Amino acid sequence: MAVIIDKSTKIIIQGFTGKMGTFHADEMMKYGSNVVGGVTPGKGGTKHLDRPVFNTVKEAVKETGATASILFVPPAFAADSAMEAADAGIKTCVAIVDGIPSHDMIKIKRYMRRYTKSGKMTLVGPNCAGIISPGKSMLGIMPGHIYKEGRIGIISRSGTLGYEAAQQLKNLNIGVSTSVGIGGDPINGSSFRDIIEKFETDSETDAILMIGEIGGPQEVAAGHFAKENMKKPVIAYIAGLTAPKGRVMGHAGAIVSAYGESAVEKVELLKECGVTISKNPSVMGDTVKKVLGKS
Amino acid sequence: MDIHEYQAKKILSSFGVTIPRGGIVYSPENAENKAREIGGSKWVAKAQIHSGARGKAGGIIVCNSPLEVAQATDKLLGKKLVTNQTGPEGKIVNRIYIEEATDIEKELYLGLVFDRSSESIMIVASTEGGMSVEEISKEKPETIIRSKIEVAVGIQNFQARELAFGLGIEPALIPRVSDTIVGCYKAFSELDATMVEVNPLVISKQKQILALDCKMSFDNNAMFRRSQVSELRDKTQEETKEVYASDRGLNYVSLDGNIGNIINGAGLAMASMDMIKLAGGSPANFLDVGGGATPEKIVKAFKLITMDEKVRVILVNIFAGINRCDWVAEGIVQALQKIEVKVPPVIRLAGTNVEKGNEILKKSKIKYIEANTLEDAANKAVKALG
Repeated sequence: MAVIIDKSTKIIIQGFTGKMGTFHADEMMKYGSNVVGGVTPGKGGTKHLDRPVFNTVKEAVKETGATASILFVPPAFAADSAMEAADAGIKTCVAIVDGIPSHDMIKIKRYMRRYTKSGKMTLVGPNCAGIISPGKSMLGIMPGHIYKEGRIGIISRSGTLGYEAAQQLKNLNIGVSTSVGIGGDPINGSSFRDIIEKFETDSETDAILMIGEIGGPQEVAAGHFAKENMKKPVIAYIAGLTAPKGRVMGHAGAIVSAYGESAVEKVELLKECGVTISKNPSVMGDTVKKVLGKS
Repeated sequence: MDIHEYQAKKILSSFGVTIPRGGIVYSPENAENKAREIGGSKWVAKAQIHSGARGKAGGIIVCNSPLEVAQATDKLLGKKLVTNQTGPEGKIVNRIYIEEATDIEKELYLGLVFDRSSESIMIVASTEGGMSVEEISKEKPETIIRSKIEVAVGIQNFQARELAFGLGIEPALIPRVSDTIVGCYKAFSELDATMVEVNPLVISKQKQILALDCKMSFDNNAMFRRSQVSELRDKTQEETKEVYASDRGLNYVSLDGNIGNIINGAGLAMASMDMIKLAGGSPANFLDVGGGATPEKIVKAFKLITMDEKVRVILVNIFAGINRCDWVAEGIVQALQKIEVKVPPVIRLAGTNVEKGNEILKKSKIKYIEANTLEDAANKAVKALG
């Protein structure tokens, strides 16, 4: 079993019959993901892409045994859909959507506090590329063909920068066990720390590449966790050396507003935690290769 | 999204925060009348721009007669104010807020922000109002008190009271200060704010608790449900090219350098800027054309970049996921047929259908410099500067 999803993981699409949901459900199925159906309130009982459509996530889970879902619903309804998934017993939910208000994200996370740790859904995103375990399953919107099967775990806030890393690794003949896009928003479902913790116990992952950027405390928090609890090597690149202070750089969460949030400061703090730094974005692959050579 | 001081005051006042009497004016005549309407014998004319530190920049003038209020308004209107937050180009003054002067006994600081570590709303307060929060944390960090508010249940009276007592407020004034804190919290949470700052919050000689200067920022992602807030947007306070970009669904930040960037994805855009810097160049902008960049969007991006007179070389770096390189290449060809660029752009395509994309570029008659990797693209862009 790969770290979060596997070939057999049953997936439902929330917002199945919409344009985005249809397109990406089709791409995921072509990749080999086990899409078992979808949810669009009001269209229950019909078929779409040769899969059943349900009115509620609960029904979908009951009928198909799905344990994973991916959200393609507009930002205004995304919080509601994520909470519906949590309540229906979905184990992993990926929110691709960009534009969920921060207040809504906090609401989702508070809602999920009602579940015990073992019963709690892993929410990934929003504003992310999703999850891929190359050769097994894709629960996301990435171009699957750039990922080679292998033993490196990738965690990235940025979608395209995660692709860049996967391609650099592939060019060096290094593969990926699982890549998780945690998204560019200030409040997200899973943090770097949440995911590296999963990679540490994953028998299919040897090292972790963390791709961060300016803004927020998460990269450094993951660094501290790694220093205290991890045996596997962690490599990191932080984007935004040239980003001016106080400006939002595209991602809502990419803004330097406190000490420790600039790229230079994060790099320093991560080094103190024993994390190997990729000095620039063009040597992410090389840096991983060097670290693998040592261990 | 930022709003003006007078707009923030009006909002906070509707949540029970007391503000000095005042009104917004657009002309000196208007200002004189407004001063009379407010009454009293001393007024302050405050330039409304989206920036703090206006006082030091000459944007706040104390006046002793309605005539002086008119003169101050005349002086400020149409002026570009340069503060330590606006950058050298400054911000234009189109509105003046006329306010009764306050006899200040004590200045306090009150700020509310999202705390990303605890994912709650953090209230920050200090007895050292009037300075920026950065200055306070540098010079008098011991005066700063904080309180994390659990958003699921909202602020409780005891939390506001604790903060008020923490500020050393005399007992008789505690209820008013607590109400002010609660009001600010409610405005923050009910209107999808990302920042509320009252600095200074003052105790007047008459023992009133007044919000003397206020700032509010809001979550752009929530504006779809906050029409009363979104209509407060003042585009004259935003950079021209940034307004052009946001109206066209492009994510753009203007910078000082001379290499213009067209990139998909915020992270890749920041990474490309870093590479330009490492190669010895300097980026003119951050521009994320987004995941599903259509040919039309690429054309718009080229238009935007060529509007910037600083730009001497354009770097295009697209890693196609959902969108395909052939599609992007078509947009580039279309753009370069329509728009004249001084130096051939450096283009790096990667990801889905990269071969097809490069073929389209090669077959077209456009002049460009092909790059294969992130590093290659940055080096070639810097070299193209000559």
